[in-house]
Amino acid sequence: MLDLINVSYDTQIPNNVGLSEDKKVLKALEKWHPGYINWWNDLIPQNFQESMVYLRTAVSVDPKGWAKFDYVKMPEYRWGVLLAPAVEDRKIPMGEHLGEKAWQEVPGEYRNMLKRLIVIQGDTEPGSVEQQRFLGLTAPSLYDMRNLFQVNVEEGRHLWAMVYLLQKYFGRDGREEANDLLVRSSGSEDAPRMLGAFNEETPDWLSFFMFTYFTDRDGKMQLESLAQSGFDPLSRTCRFMLTEEAHHMFVGETGVGRTIQATIEAMNANGITDPYDINKIRDLGVIDLPTIQKKLNLHYTLSLDLFGQEVSTNAANAFNSGIKGRYMEQRIDDDHKLNDATYPVTSIKDGKILTEDVPALTAINMRLRDDYVRDAAGGVGRWNKLIAKSGVEFELKLPHEGFHRQIGVFSTVAIDPDGNILSAEDWQKRQGEWLPTKADGDFIQSLMVPCFEPGKYASWIAAPKVGIDNKPGDYEYVKLHMA
Amino acid sequence: MTKVIDFQTDPSKYRHWKIEYNGPIAWLSMDVDEKGGLFDGYELKLNSYDLGVDIELADVVQRMRFEHPEVKVVVMRSAKDKVFCAGANIRMLGGAAHAHKVNFCKFTNETRNTFEAAQADSGQNYICAVKGACAGGGYELALACNHIMLTDDSTSSVALPEVPLLAVLPGTGGLTRVTDKRKVRRDLADVFCSIEEGVKGKRAVQWRLVDEVFPNSSFDEKVAERAQVMAAESGKADVAEGIELTALSRSFAEDGVSYSTVEVALVREESRATITIKGPDADAPADMDAFTANGAENWMLRCARELDDAILHLRNNEKELGLIEFQTQGDPEAVLAHEALLLGNRDHWLANEVLEYWKRVLKRIDMTSRSLVAIVEHGSCFAGPLAELLWAVDRSYMMLEEFDGDNRALATVTLSTGNFGTYPMGNDLTRLQTRFLGTPEQVEKLKSSIGEALEADDAEELGLITYAYDDIDWEDEVRLFMEERASFSPDAMTGMEANLRFAGPETMETRIFGRLTAWQNWIFQRPNAVGEEGALQRYGTGVRGKYNMERV
Ligand SMILES: [Fe+2]
Ligand SMILES: [Fe+2]
Repeated sequence: MLDLINVSYDTQIPNNVGLSEDKKVLKALEKWHPGYINWWNDLIPQNFQESMVYLRTAVSVDPKGWAKFDYVKMPEYRWGVLLAPAVEDRKIPMGEHLGEKAWQEVPGEYRNMLKRLIVIQGDTEPGSVEQQRFLGLTAPSLYDMRNLFQVNVEEGRHLWAMVYLLQKYFGRDGREEANDLLVRSSGSEDAPRMLGAFNEETPDWLSFFMFTYFTDRDGKMQLESLAQSGFDPLSRTCRFMLTEEAHHMFVGETGVGRTIQATIEAMNANGITDPYDINKIRDLGVIDLPTIQKKLNLHYTLSLDLFGQEVSTNAANAFNSGIKGRYMEQRIDDDHKLNDATYPVTSIKDGKILTEDVPALTAINMRLRDDYVRDAAGGVGRWNKLIAKSGVEFELKLPHEGFHRQIGVFSTVAIDPDGNILSAEDWQKRQGEWLPTKADGDFIQSLMVPCFEPGKYASWIAAPKVGIDNKPGDYEYVKLHMA
Repeated sequence: MTKVIDFQTDPSKYRHWKIEYNGPIAWLSMDVDEKGGLFDGYELKLNSYDLGVDIELADVVQRMRFEHPEVKVVVMRSAKDKVFCAGANIRMLGGAAHAHKVNFCKFTNETRNTFEAAQADSGQNYICAVKGACAGGGYELALACNHIMLTDDSTSSVALPEVPLLAVLPGTGGLTRVTDKRKVRRDLADVFCSIEEGVKGKRAVQWRLVDEVFPNSSFDEKVAERAQVMAAESGKADVAEGIELTALSRSFAEDGVSYSTVEVALVREESRATITIKGPDADAPADMDAFTANGAENWMLRCARELDDAILHLRNNEKELGLIEFQTQGDPEAVLAHEALLLGNRDHWLANEVLEYWKRVLKRIDMTSRSLVAIVEHGSCFAGPLAELLWAVDRSYMMLEEFDGDNRALATVTLSTGNFGTYPMGNDLTRLQTRFLGTPEQVEKLKSSIGEALEADDAEELGLITYAYDDIDWEDEVRLFMEERASFSPDAMTGMEANLRFAGPETMETRIFGRLTAWQNWIFQRPNAVGEEGALQRYGTGVRGKYNMERV
């Protein structure tokens, strides 16, 4: 009897999918493995590869106690293939196959569509690790360094998860796509990652936190909708990935929160009440709130672009064929087919922003983006509470969804954060007010000095409230290898 | 879709194409204006195209030959970031009437053919530099070029996704060029046409779908290098300066269109259009210098351009007129003199271009799915290039002997050497060879009549016309023919005429149009594609097409 809850370590690849009995796929994965290890080794700076990092490793897919913590050298991390437990007698939750038994094998007619979705999702996972590869060198603490590496190894595992699906279910094409996932690389001129946001730089730690808060949240929304998939192995994979994704967003939310905390503490300690007194605030070695807002604007809007065109045939096809659902599909009170339903979508007509009802099937991307906007607002509210408590008068805001967009209906117009349409000249003149300038970047970069002493933090970020795995404040999360 | 489609444009009006001229190399960039669709109801996203985009492209290719003879290599590429071209716009196709789809496909194919003709006729070579997705009609654009370069960024691919995506064929030249031009193995072509996402990288080279792949970082450089090499190796003679294709003189009226050398009369109540071509109004230029100085004003060029436009206008804007009648008026000797200057200077670039253009215009007439008839009246000038009309049409009627009260010169037909090889049809035979497929000796015999003004009895005897009628029978016979023609089913006529017009061997060109007519237009009629629940209708809604699984 296969144990589908606990991870089996009887092969080189930890798994709960009975890999030791699935010789063909095992062989394929073993063949892919060296390329992956090379990718990892070439990516992360050498002294970190040799360091002992206090990481959690999945040992089961049981929601209670699925992970254990221990020191491990990253290249020895047990990347594995983990699927959430099967739901007995699961039915396809939407589209024209609504109510039919979920597929355990890939339906031939949807093979290409499924493969494409898995490849796109898979392409994002290593992309972010590539973007973050040098951040370890300027970690503001060992705690943060450990969090960075935790996120990185889990993104690596997410890549494994997608590669497993490609290898197991998509034949030779799938194997080729799996190989190409290691060929493309973030920001590369020769073979960039498929989606724009994963080719942008993550130049500093504030970007990293914003990225894990906003862009990983796009990942969450995508995984949530793929978790609805009628293709059961994809659904189960994504459900398990979501448990890991939650931690990434936690790193982002607390990271931004601690940055804000350091700023308002420094302002209060020095009697500065005006959040726009930027030079004075910066002199204290912290990041002023208006600059934090600019970073937020940038990463939020890059993340909105990941949702694609508001009206999309591909998204409609994927929903209708039961390949990709909506956020919380089961909790939505409708027919889950959307043959006659409509959904409001923003558009621009004669220089004005308005909403139009379009067939709901074609507006699946728009709906997911709306859900995302709501989801993303939560953390911003909590950051504002921190600021309010300190007495500083400042409020962070999510900019208008049309601001700074490269994809979709807003990509052809310039819109300010409040949603006013601007001329191209005005945009050129004023974008520095809303997006980080080179000078802002240089300033933040100047604060990015490593702080590798256990329990100590760089000036611009506050200590966390609780340690990882409830460890004490001066816990040595990373035992650095000093060559 | 009742708006009048105008086939005339010029670079100052382009919305979708940008060209940079750099000595012998022209950089042609596709940059389709999303909002620039010919009709409402769709946006030309992702460099997808409609007839309007293609009209501009046809103009680009045409002007490249006349206005930019210095160009030896044209590099086609996309000005958009992640996409080369997504092909014909699906919403446009989904919303278009059948007749519009057919005319659209036909025109785009005629335009693709001009890419290949530019190389074959003038040594102007097209290469295609593909970055980003290149799908469906996008890949057909690439296929029309003679050399395809693809960036190897592990994302960019070439694809013909019509079958899985839309339940129609990449049949507007796509399948045929894949097998006949690129010579892709049939089983690999079968795989290629079944997968939506297409083929990328080295495999695309292995399968012969593209010629070369290069890493993205060196791609632009390699393309520029390739263009340089091809320009250097080109056998095309150096020409310093072209001539300007000035705007046509043209005016529309309720019952016709007037050009300087062509008159189109619309006889709607009889479902007929009459195209009357007026012979030269001036002497032939003394030499090619004079001809070049006259530029677009030369009768030979002016007439070809006007006739071309008239045909396109009738095809697309006057679909109810099932019969096109060709007439000519003028001095046959003058027509021959104008043609002779060019025939005698075949090695002059402009002489060559004008003659090759006549070849294309005549092919366009061959390919026009209307009943075509030539009415050879007294005072007409069916000589040289205009005599070709007699063998392009389905039937011809010629006035025999003198008509009462008609003092025009007796109707004649005059052959020139041009009729024996200058204006081949799509099947690569001359119209005379095609006409006398069973008696090739007849073609040889006709050579002895070159330059001789053949009156009706001789012309009939030689098989150059269908019927010769005298004053007594003429009016009735012509009227009866026209009435009979107007009473037949237009579909049966289109089918019958297309079958009869293209006797003889197949070429890639005849296969393209034959398969387009037979297969694509059949599929375009079938419920599996265009029915309420068909894939083309449902495209974009997210709901799949529903197919009747019966094989027909
Ligand atoms: Fe992930
Ligand atoms: Fe993540």
